[in-house]
Amino acid sequence: MSKMTLEELRKLREAKKQEAAQRDTEGKDTLVIVGMGTCGIAAGAKDVVDALLDELKKVGNENVIIRQAGCMGLCHVEPTVEVRSPGIPNTIYGNVDAEVARKIVRQHIVDGRLVNKHVYDKPAADIIEQ
Amino acid sequence: MAVKNYVLVCGGSACESAKGNDIYKSLLHQAEVQGVSNDLQIVKTGCFGFCEKGPIVKVLPDEAFYVEVKPDDAEEIISENIVKGRMVDRLLYKEEGKKDFKPENIKFYQKQERIVLRNCGLIDPESIDEYIARDGYMGLEKALFELTPEQILDELNKSGLRGRGGAGFPTGLKWSFTQRIESDQKYVVCNADEGDPGAYMDRATLEGDPHSVIEAMTIAGKCVGADKGAIYIRAEYPLAIKRLEIAMDQARERGLLGDNILGTDFSFDLEIRLGAGAFVCGEETALLASIEGKRGMPIPKPPFPAAKGLFGKPTVINNVETYANIPVIISKGGDWFAQFGTEKSKGTKVFALTGKIKNSGLIEVPMGITLREIVFDIGGGIPGGKKFKAVQTGGPSGGVLTEDFLDTPIDFDSLISVGSMMGSGGMIVMDEDDCMVDVAKFYLDFCVEESCGKCAPCRIGTKKLYEILDKISKGKGDIEDLQKMKDMGQAMKKASLCGLGQTAPNPVLSVLNAFEDEVLEHIHNGKCRAGKCKDLVQYSIDESKCIGCTVCARKCPVNCITGDRKVAHVIDQSRCVKCGACYDSCKFGAVLVS
Ligand SMILES: Cc1cc2nc3c(=O)[nH]c(=O)nc-3n(C[C@H](O)[C@H](O)[C@H](O)COP(=O)(O)O)c2cc1C
Ligand code: SF4
Ligand code: SF4
Ligand code: FES
Ligand code: FES
Repeated sequence: MSKMTLEELRKLREAKKQEAAQRDTEGKDTLVIVGMGTCGIAAGAKDVVDALLDELKKVGNENVIIRQAGCMGLCHVEPTVEVRSPGIPNTIYGNVDAEVARKIVRQHIVDGRLVNKHVYDKPAADIIEQ
Repeated sequence: MAVKNYVLVCGGSACESAKGNDIYKSLLHQAEVQGVSNDLQIVKTGCFGFCEKGPIVKVLPDEAFYVEVKPDDAEEIISENIVKGRMVDRLLYKEEGKKDFKPENIKFYQKQERIVLRNCGLIDPESIDEYIARDGYMGLEKALFELTPEQILDELNKSGLRGRGGAGFPTGLKWSFTQRIESDQKYVVCNADEGDPGAYMDRATLEGDPHSVIEAMTIAGKCVGADKGAIYIRAEYPLAIKRLEIAMDQARERGLLGDNILGTDFSFDLEIRLGAGAFVCGEETALLASIEGKRGMPIPKPPFPAAKGLFGKPTVINNVETYANIPVIISKGGDWFAQFGTEKSKGTKVFALTGKIKNSGLIEVPMGITLREIVFDIGGGIPGGKKFKAVQTGGPSGGVLTEDFLDTPIDFDSLISVGSMMGSGGMIVMDEDDCMVDVAKFYLDFCVEESCGKCAPCRIGTKKLYEILDKISKGKGDIEDLQKMKDMGQAMKKASLCGLGQTAPNPVLSVLNAFEDEVLEHIHNGKCRAGKCKDLVQYSIDESKCIGCTVCARKCPVNCITGDRKVAHVIDQSRCVKCGACYDSCKFGAVLVS
């Protein structure tokens, strides 16, 4: 990776934004975000990621991107996982352990059905919009 | 099969107790009856945080937000919204008469504003590209190519941003001092020490969005004319340190940090300095001394770091959260930022909401929000049906706020006017089971441990205050102690060298102020109503309630509870260590505290 000029920075930003937009419009990829701050990890987020990866391999789904992120603010229901899947509203799951993570793969990502009892709606509307 | 509609029914405990479960069942039933079971999924969710208007039902993807729903409403929700695709107007939440039902437009959701935490929980903190995709480094772009240092200061001044590290000093003004001084070398420092008990917002910000702080510090370098900076962070935050290091490397590779940033003639680089985790090292002069390799002890101000800071050179020093605001202020403008918050406290504040609260977590709210909104709307209230008692804000520098202050707007000045402080943002909620003498003792104990000992008022004062509180908690206090503590507190405020000693008496003074009767009860009646002061409580078993389940006897660590199965149990007072395990374990309320 080389040093950027202003032009290159702007190009990169546009490209990355488009990539994100495409993901949504082409309706192909699912994005799974796992809250992995210190407390998330302490609450077991690493097991959740392992379980997600393992289960995805089992069901043979390669269209899913798993990403780590920081605190989602829902510290009382950690570990937290947000799933953005085409055709289903973005969903935040709380109190996710390995077993729930597997359910998320089979039920939410494969079957398009939310996993009852673990849905936590985001209390804050994000004001910084693209 | 694709599910077309989702009906989310709040399954939080407040809504649950308001017939949430019946609503859920009626919806299932109606979906069946009306033959749409296959077109929708009915889901019980966690608390929406809007319990005040519960029970809540939300229909997706329409985003219909129904409040105060009754089981009988299920029929209409299914027949109208699901079958015919029309929202049920009478159930929609309307803000002040407006027919706004989009969650973004509901004031409750606007109770949280994410400026500092804009990327936390959304982007991969280890990917600079994701940060850039969310308009990252746009503030820096502007600072390098469009604005002069004066114009950067203008934007900051317009924004009204005040330091989030505790004292609330205007950031633009602070930068302007450093900017105006001629010097061969200037520095930019980030205070990521975060020593307040119960606070973790700086850690979360660095873990979730390290680039925002790096970008801000680079902007500061450009503005004041510094080419070097340091992030002082405690060694107990290994994940934050690791992510910062990754972020700094990525920024250097991309040419956003280091020599000739974005091809300009401006150069700026950062290094990380680890702190050993002493509270006083969060004080700015002590922090700078610590970076210089000296013992972290405060020195008298003035001179302020802005003029004479790191290695005697002009230094901008700000808190993590303060910095995290800056990229957006520069890219969107000071006026944009100034629309949030109150007249004198602009923007938002991140709080770590902990203690006796249902939805503990990291929240970001606009300044001016009330404590009531935070505790009851966002926090969901007190768990276990207990009564709210107080909120401790500002850590060891702050105080407790009682029910009387629930409607006080939260901003720098009004918190001070009611005897507490914004501090860095720890917010600890207490219920009736918390003893205020015990709480004051906890903070004093912390200050005794953390005082650097350089000046007598703090070194001796904290210890003395602690001893008096300890005496009171043992039922051996006397009435003169109250005045003694007040006098000593006032003296410490005036005579201590740094903020630690100056504010250490605050928790005690505010407890004396707001809970004098409770303190007096300890002194006069030898009674601790919350049952927290061990020497004053006695556990006993109510014969008439005890069914002899033996749970308490099994939980007791010193085996001082005896009794046969199905026969009332007895506690041997001489051996009881007052751990309270029996009280917590008894399901029949048979263990009494007095
Ligand atoms: C005893 C003591 C501890 C402090 N601890 C911190 C801290 O952990 N983090 C912090 O940002 N500021 C802390 N401060 C405040 C700093 O001295 C300083 O005011 C702050 O870093 C300035 O940044 P700001 O203008 O962005 O708030 C502390 C002050 C005192 C007196
Ligand atoms: S007030 Fe306390 S911490 Fe501050 S310099 Fe004096 S002794 Fe040290
Ligand atoms: S308070 Fe603790 S030590 Fe005393 S009787 Fe109960 S369980 Fe045993
Ligand atoms: S810090 Fe992990 S969700 Fe809050
Ligand atoms: S319990 Fe339903 S909104 Fe809080």
